[in-house]
Amino acid sequence: MLSRLVLRAAPAALRNLPPPVTVGVLHTTRPLHTTQQCLAPLPPLPEKGGEVRYGLIPAEFFQFLYPKTGVTGPYMLGTGLLLYLLSKEIYVINHETVAAACILSVIIYGIKKYGSDVAAFADKLNEEKIAKALAVKNEAIKDLETAIEQEKKEQWRVEGRSYLFDAKRNNIAMVLETNYRERLLTVYNEVKKRLDYQVALQNLKRQKEQDHMIQWVEKNVIQSITPQQQKESVAKCILDLKALSKSAQAAV
Amino acid sequence: LCAAVLLKDMKLMDVKLGQLPTWLAMRDFTPGGILGAVRRGYDRYYNKYINVRKGGLGGVSMVLAGYVVVSYIWSYSHLKHDRRRKYH
Repeated sequence: MLSRLVLRAAPAALRNLPPPVTVGVLHTTRPLHTTQQCLAPLPPLPEKGGEVRYGLIPAEFFQFLYPKTGVTGPYMLGTGLLLYLLSKEIYVINHETVAAACILSVIIYGIKKYGSDVAAFADKLNEEKIAKALAVKNEAIKDLETAIEQEKKEQWRVEGRSYLFDAKRNNIAMVLETNYRERLLTVYNEVKKRLDYQVALQNLKRQKEQDHMIQWVEKNVIQSITPQQQKESVAKCILDLKALSKSAQAAV
Repeated sequence: LCAAVLLKDMKLMDVKLGQLPTWLAMRDFTPGGILGAVRRGYDRYYNKYINVRKGGLGGVSMVLAGYVVVSYIWSYSHLKHDRRRKYH
């Protein structure tokens, strides 16, 4: 079929052919499938073949003779040719002629009687073949369509990636924050311990100095009290006590 | 706008009678060319009469009729002796 199209389109294509492009290089800017010769998808099979009259002569012959000789032209031609062949004995009549006549009559009778049935049977076979092929094609198309839908679904799922990553990012931020705060607490505690230590140290030092100074003062005072002074103080205390007891007795 | 088509690329039906010898001489007679011509002819016949949805009887019967005619021509020298009259 493509060869027929090529033969018919050759002169026209010679005029319209675009400049040749080497086969290995495919530029994306070149339009594809625009010339007459490439038909995609493939055109469907023709319904009927070329018309044939009387089972032997294509109808184009009758059309070829029609302008010059009209409708009866080919028949006159046939009759004249037959008579010429017979009279000049280019076709000799012998036993084979009788045999051919019998065979042909039987064949023609068989065709006329059973032709349509055989044709219907053949058509049925063809229909089954075509239906099977169509079924395969539809099956493939359906599978591809479901694959496309699933692919689209997967693409839609991929869009949720951003939410996933946001959640993960939030988690990581929280962990970082927690860690930071823990370390801050540790630092705070450590610094406080050191400062407390320094404070305790200073307190201790001052207390010790105080105690030491008190002891030293007491010791010195006690040392400075001479026996003479001690006796005088004791006598004074006794006098005071007597006076007090007297005032107390008087009060009572 | 009609560019002149080369003689060797014209189809047989478009060739004028006077140009026929030149046209025949310019055809490709190499074995490859003959093979190509046979294949083209076969493809044309096949795609016109046989490779159709509802093929008819004509496609096959024309081939058989051609075979009958060719075999008659090849055996004519034997059949000449069955003639009824010697002079026509």
